[in-house]
Amino acid sequence: MSDIPDSLRYTAEHEYIRQTDVDNEFIIGITDYAQGELGDVVFVELPQAGDSFARMDVFGTIEAVKAVSDLFAPISGEIIEVNAGLENDPALVNGDPYSGGWMVRVLASDPSELDSLMSASDYANHIDS
Amino acid sequence: MSFVPHSDADQRDMLAKVGVSDVRELYSDVPAGLLLERDLDVPDALSEWEAMRRVTELAGSNPDLVCFAGGGMYDHYVPAAVDHIIRRSEFYTAYTPYQPEVAQGTLQVIYEFQTMICELTGMDVANASMYDGPTATAEAAVMARAVTRRGRVVAARSLHPHSRKVTNTYLDGVGAELEVLPYGSDGLLDMEALRSSLSDDTAAVIVGYPNFFGGIEDLEPIAEAVHAAGALLVVAADPVMLAVLKSPGACGADIVVAEGQPLGNGPSFGGPVVGLFAATQKLVRKMPGRIVGGTVDMEGRRGYVLTLQTREQQIRRERATSNICTNQGLMALAATVYLSLVGKSGLRQVAETSIQNAHYARRRLVDAGVEVMFTDAPMGREFAIRTRDDSQVVLDRGVQAGILAGVSLSRFNSLEVGDGLLLAFTEKRTRDEIDRLVDLLAG
Repeated sequence: MSDIPDSLRYTAEHEYIRQTDVDNEFIIGITDYAQGELGDVVFVELPQAGDSFARMDVFGTIEAVKAVSDLFAPISGEIIEVNAGLENDPALVNGDPYSGGWMVRVLASDPSELDSLMSASDYANHIDS
Repeated sequence: MSFVPHSDADQRDMLAKVGVSDVRELYSDVPAGLLLERDLDVPDALSEWEAMRRVTELAGSNPDLVCFAGGGMYDHYVPAAVDHIIRRSEFYTAYTPYQPEVAQGTLQVIYEFQTMICELTGMDVANASMYDGPTATAEAAVMARAVTRRGRVVAARSLHPHSRKVTNTYLDGVGAELEVLPYGSDGLLDMEALRSSLSDDTAAVIVGYPNFFGGIEDLEPIAEAVHAAGALLVVAADPVMLAVLKSPGACGADIVVAEGQPLGNGPSFGGPVVGLFAATQKLVRKMPGRIVGGTVDMEGRRGYVLTLQTREQQIRRERATSNICTNQGLMALAATVYLSLVGKSGLRQVAETSIQNAHYARRRLVDAGVEVMFTDAPMGREFAIRTRDDSQVVLDRGVQAGILAGVSLSRFNSLEVGDGLLLAFTEKRTRDEIDRLVDLLAG
């Protein structure tokens, strides 16, 4: 059974988004379910700080040994930090998707977009269906 | 087992299945005027023996010429063992590995090939090979744009014209155009023109090493200028010359490409040949083509895999780094066998003898009053001359004398160098042959 924390919001493409301590700043990564489906992650291609994305734009890619997936922005905003640790240790996404395996920190341009994302129970239903 | 792919019975079954009574009905949509309503105009079939006799006759009309033609393809000696080994059935029928891990022998050869290309170029990673030198160059241009996220690609005018042309074709597909930098009076890249051309949108600068005229570019200041502008340096090398030149990697190249034909492959009227492609470790994820990696299996034994396949089209689809999903397996094998046979010192001897022959020829030609171009540049195994008569006339005269007296420069308008001949020298040329060439050109 994959881990789906109640406190997060989710996309149908298996990204999660987490509110930080700072207003309008969010952390984005991929879910425990997604990392399990991909298998051993060998590379994560991330954008640069300062890049901007609209909701559901591709902001990066994630590579497993024989699969590659796009990463979709759950909300619109500007990248303020990327997880540099993934460059040398992409397996953090497998081992610790919700903490050490985070991908980008964004400044949301329209936080109301969060309302359109899935809750934990919606997402649990989504991956069961 | 029958080797007839579809017998009359098979054809009848297939036609019945699709509800057609005759194969011709399958062509009913082709307008009548486009159908050839007669037999092909070809001679009657010959028996095997008659065919052999005919082909031998035709082969006999090939003149056996002493070759001074180069310009990217060179007449080096290919040891007999190369052909013998590549014709072993285990190798000869093996295409690029699509079910790679069961073809450990093929993977091992490619791994060793990559290792040798890395040593030769001074780079960290080489791929399993490309189609030829020009497509390898074009892929480097496309890759540099992806790495730098910049648009402009610039090449020295003295880069091989075929490589410039193919690169331009590739760039056309992404809405860009190859820009060209002039050479100075010595035929080498004009550094002032380079510096003023570089901008914050320059992705790559491509130079030949040696350049098309045989001149040896000073790569280090070029690399320095290119890197200062945040662009990549792509070096298109002559792999034999790399045995004696400072490696492009040591000079700061980011990507090295080459026509690999001089390594154990015949000129064969222009192909098949093999492109070499190597880069720094930092750029490996943007490289085109197949890459073999070494690993260990569950019992700790050495094994080989196709690695980083997520770059490739079968996985990444339209966002793949390149559309190449193959390599030049047999030619890369020939290069690997060749390099294994001659070894490091053997390749150096090949290069040194070729260079000595070129310098002997140049001295003799200068003494005989022939105008040699770009004598101020350091030179390897190749150089250009002016001819007194039209170069094509001189080439025709050469054929009469049993000599292929170089490559006509008038074939390459984009070089902006006018008429003349490009002369190339290998370890196969004897002093007597060179003297005959000098007599022809000075006469």
